[in-house]
Amino acid sequence: MTDFTMEKGADGVALITWDCPGKTMNVMSIDGLKELESCIDDALADDAVKGVVITSGKEGSFAGGMDLNLLATLKESAGDDPAKGLFEGTMEMHALLRKIERAGMDAKTNKGGKPIAAALPGTAAGIGLELPLATHRIFVADNPKARIGLPEIMVGIFPGAGGTTRLVRKLGAMAASPLLLEGKMLEPAKAKGAGVIDEVVADPVAAAREWVLNATDADILKPWDAKGYKMPGGAPYHPAGFMTFVGANAMVNGKTQGAFPAAKALLSAVYEGALVPFDTALKIEARWFTHVLMNPSSGAMIRSLFVNKEALEKGAVRPEGIPDQRVKKLGVLGAGMMGAGIALVSAQAGMDVVLIDRDQAAADKGKAYTEAYLDKGISRKKVTPEKKEAMLGLINATPDLDALKDCDLIIEAVFEDPKVKAEMTQKVEAIIPEDCIFASNTSTLPITGLAKASKRPDQFIGIHFFSPVEKMLLVEIIKGKETGDRAVAKALDYVRQIRKTPIVVNDARFFYCNRCIIPYGNEATRMVTEGVAPVLIDNAARQLGFPVGPIQLGDETSIDLAAKITRATKEAMGNEYPASEADDLVFWMEEEGRLGRKAKAGYFDYDEKGKRLGYWKGIHDKYPLADEQPDLIEVQERLMFAQVLEAVRALEEGVLEDIREGDVGAVLAWGFAPWSGGPFSWLDIIGTPYAAERCDQLEAKFGERFKCPDLLREMAAKNQTFYGRFSPEAKAA
Amino acid sequence: MTDAYIYDALRTPRGKGRKDGALHEVTSLRLSALTLNALKERNNLDGHAVEDVIWGNVTQVMEQGGCLARSAVLASDLDESIPGLAINRFCASGMEAVNLAANQVKGGAGDAYIAGGVEMMGRVAMGSDGAAIAVDPTMAMEKYFVPQGISADIIATEYGFTRDQADALAVESQRRAKAAWDDGRFDKSVITVRDQNGLPILDHDEYMRPQTDMQSLGALNASFQAMGEVMPGFDKVAMLKYPHLEKINHIHHAGNSSGIVDGSAAVLIGNKEFGEKYGLKPRARIKATAKIGTDPTIMLTGPVPVTQKILADNGMDIKDIDLFEVNEAFAAVVLRFMQAFDVDSDKVNVNGGSIAMGHPLGATGAMIIGTLLDEMERADKETGLATLCIASGMGAATIIERV
Repeated sequence: MTDFTMEKGADGVALITWDCPGKTMNVMSIDGLKELESCIDDALADDAVKGVVITSGKEGSFAGGMDLNLLATLKESAGDDPAKGLFEGTMEMHALLRKIERAGMDAKTNKGGKPIAAALPGTAAGIGLELPLATHRIFVADNPKARIGLPEIMVGIFPGAGGTTRLVRKLGAMAASPLLLEGKMLEPAKAKGAGVIDEVVADPVAAAREWVLNATDADILKPWDAKGYKMPGGAPYHPAGFMTFVGANAMVNGKTQGAFPAAKALLSAVYEGALVPFDTALKIEARWFTHVLMNPSSGAMIRSLFVNKEALEKGAVRPEGIPDQRVKKLGVLGAGMMGAGIALVSAQAGMDVVLIDRDQAAADKGKAYTEAYLDKGISRKKVTPEKKEAMLGLINATPDLDALKDCDLIIEAVFEDPKVKAEMTQKVEAIIPEDCIFASNTSTLPITGLAKASKRPDQFIGIHFFSPVEKMLLVEIIKGKETGDRAVAKALDYVRQIRKTPIVVNDARFFYCNRCIIPYGNEATRMVTEGVAPVLIDNAARQLGFPVGPIQLGDETSIDLAAKITRATKEAMGNEYPASEADDLVFWMEEEGRLGRKAKAGYFDYDEKGKRLGYWKGIHDKYPLADEQPDLIEVQERLMFAQVLEAVRALEEGVLEDIREGDVGAVLAWGFAPWSGGPFSWLDIIGTPYAAERCDQLEAKFGERFKCPDLLREMAAKNQTFYGRFSPEAKAA
Repeated sequence: MTDAYIYDALRTPRGKGRKDGALHEVTSLRLSALTLNALKERNNLDGHAVEDVIWGNVTQVMEQGGCLARSAVLASDLDESIPGLAINRFCASGMEAVNLAANQVKGGAGDAYIAGGVEMMGRVAMGSDGAAIAVDPTMAMEKYFVPQGISADIIATEYGFTRDQADALAVESQRRAKAAWDDGRFDKSVITVRDQNGLPILDHDEYMRPQTDMQSLGALNASFQAMGEVMPGFDKVAMLKYPHLEKINHIHHAGNSSGIVDGSAAVLIGNKEFGEKYGLKPRARIKATAKIGTDPTIMLTGPVPVTQKILADNGMDIKDIDLFEVNEAFAAVVLRFMQAFDVDSDKVNVNGGSIAMGHPLGATGAMIIGTLLDEMERADKETGLATLCIASGMGAATIIERV
């Protein structure tokens, strides 16, 4: 296995080619770093070599970054003293990149170094950009599909191979911040405009070779190694820099709600690094990078948001031995909001779509949703008129059920009424081919029950989308009692076609996601009835990393929907239904006509245009504010435990078969504290013994719903972690 | 324990802290020396009469850097054997100088001190000395740093003060300051700043706007709204710390916040023997001093807990205090003080305050002790308390009583 090879040209240019065997895109590994180092050592020592060009053997890309599978387990593999191991490992990486940057030049005169250039055929992310940043000039192919940037922050870490220190010194803290803090990826032309790379050319290797042969001592000296270097925009105690740093702290704090440790560590590395010479700054960067890797949040985020998300997308839970089930023609029943969204994302993926509703006008209205979406794309120059026409051509909006006769997948998104659904199922099954899979997009009705209307229950499945369909990343697939493997494979292959992330769960009331979301919302409304300030509840959730608080979410999803679900659940569960004050609040709001944002009145007041003005004070006429407000932590724990205990029960009851799905699903479907990696990761971070103890306290204070599930109790007694016990590796062992 | 007495207190007038301010041509060094000389001269002190000069000063860089206290001693008519100590407790630096001096006298470390301070805000910009708390993420993010104006608006939001209440306090501050000047109430303390040839440069507080009314203040935009709500969005940081707040009510502006000015003040503090030696009559006893740390985000609530502390430490009650000086850093600070102790406004800042006359950071603490003493003498009151809110979440207080 060789990732890096070097070819010394007759012109004196050594060409180092990065080409990881068996991979579509290069990723950096420990071995890769060693190989690169030996190439560099060789080139610097060889008098026949005048300069070096580093490129990639992959078409259209340089490298995707560090191997995140490796990063996720780096802490575990770093030895008895992981902080020491991680710090020293990072410093070795700095030493290599610094060796490239200094290129053998004299420490005092800065003369006599060998020019080293990077020639990028395309995309360069993470260490795939940090390595080029250490070279003396970066050439990128004129490839509009390429993306250049440092996306580490998206998975809970930050650029730790000198990218943070180099980019800030190159661009200044202000200009570097969108790249570092938001992980913004730029097209080559924009990357050049931003000063991240130097040249966009047709043939980067040729251009780099040419440059290397003509570069002078001055050309290869980095500004920060030259005398009199000043940071662009000012260092922290320069008047302009001071304002930048004051502002950055506030902005990042506000935006991340203090919930993402990597953002704080990144800013600290930037601030402390800006006050000292370059090599000291690298050491500081390494200390903060180690600090982030030592924080359980980073490992959990990488595990859920990258490793496991990708595994699920690639079919980790797909039944074995079923041939390719990709959808050619999809039938969507019901052209309401969900149906219209499903038609849109499916046409985007190139599928033929038949969009059915009771009459032509209703069906056309559903198709118009796609048209409006594409028009918006055209106005933003993201879509061409030709693309729009082609996509609209894929959608056949019609009331005629016969149009479904050659579909291979049906997704039913009609009114949430078992009778209506049963009738549709039977009508459509009479028309569609025998082997067509029939899916329901129900969010509340058990699949096994709906499948009773089907003459082919093994081909009946739940495919539960979240709203708005085109934005939400997760799809929840539900297996009914009789659902067969081919239906599961079909659903998974379809979800892969529309480029969303699937989880597969077993059938039970509210499946997995809504099962957790509903008690979360209920806990929030219950607190309101106790006199807790709604703003405190929402802010508590936001500080946990939820994008919106549960009260605000109630207005977004509408109060009448909550009331409807409550009534239906009550009816279905009969005497077993645990009535609560929260229900009274929801019914009362519904009676008052405060149905949420759509009614311009809900938990909030709104102006004419639907803009939120503030929390509705009238709610306190019925539920007066308590004089003593609870601690933030108590509010947060109630909100968290309301969700994670449902997740544990779902695992206990076999609704969830795989904790990876529970974690990935929670973060993608309802924005569950992303820094934690999901409910099971969160329990692992706080520790099962502590979790069980808190359950007992919460149960004593707030009631039975916080009762510790037997599984959690047992794990607490053994001090087990969920990933230690339930991860696929653990199960295999 | 030995008693510490105030024998004298004086101050310069306050010049506008701008390029066109009257004192802008005067160096921090010269203004300091001039203040020290005035105190020495009018009390007929020997050059070596005091143990030390403790000099409060906040922005200790450039001409205010390098231990300005020592340079000021050397630039004055005092003997070089007096060392000089520069101190910084932000807005209470001048008060802390007095308190340190008083406590050293009480403890027997010398017979007398000059304590005071200087700030030339127009010459050395506030904040130009840097501050880790504002820029170091391990502090700024962990401790939810916001600028003082945002803190003042948080106080208004948390304790329910309206823009009108704040503006009314500001109008009253201007009215009282004007009335005090017209009545000659500052004559005893304010010295004329003169040049090296004896020519007068400034003899009155230059910042005052006695014509201020509710209408003129109503026209001003809230100063901290944009930085709070838009860029960089300090309100969100405030709400991280105070999650029960839905929004921050931005009520402060240039007209109901303290003015940026240049100025200096000094207080002569000594024991009984010192007074006897120089034939000076003690004007007041420094009965008690206190300082406290508070929540750094709301930052400016210190006067309340430090007053509670100084009263409790000395077995006193708020009703034992006849007159208050509560530095008018922002209107809400004073409103909060009066609310917390249910003190009537006719006992607080009766001759106006920093909103009308300005707040020369390092000097103000010494200035308001002098102002308090003058008024206690004029109105024949026994006991007075001065207090200031302090950046980064602190408070300081001094209780004086007439002898």
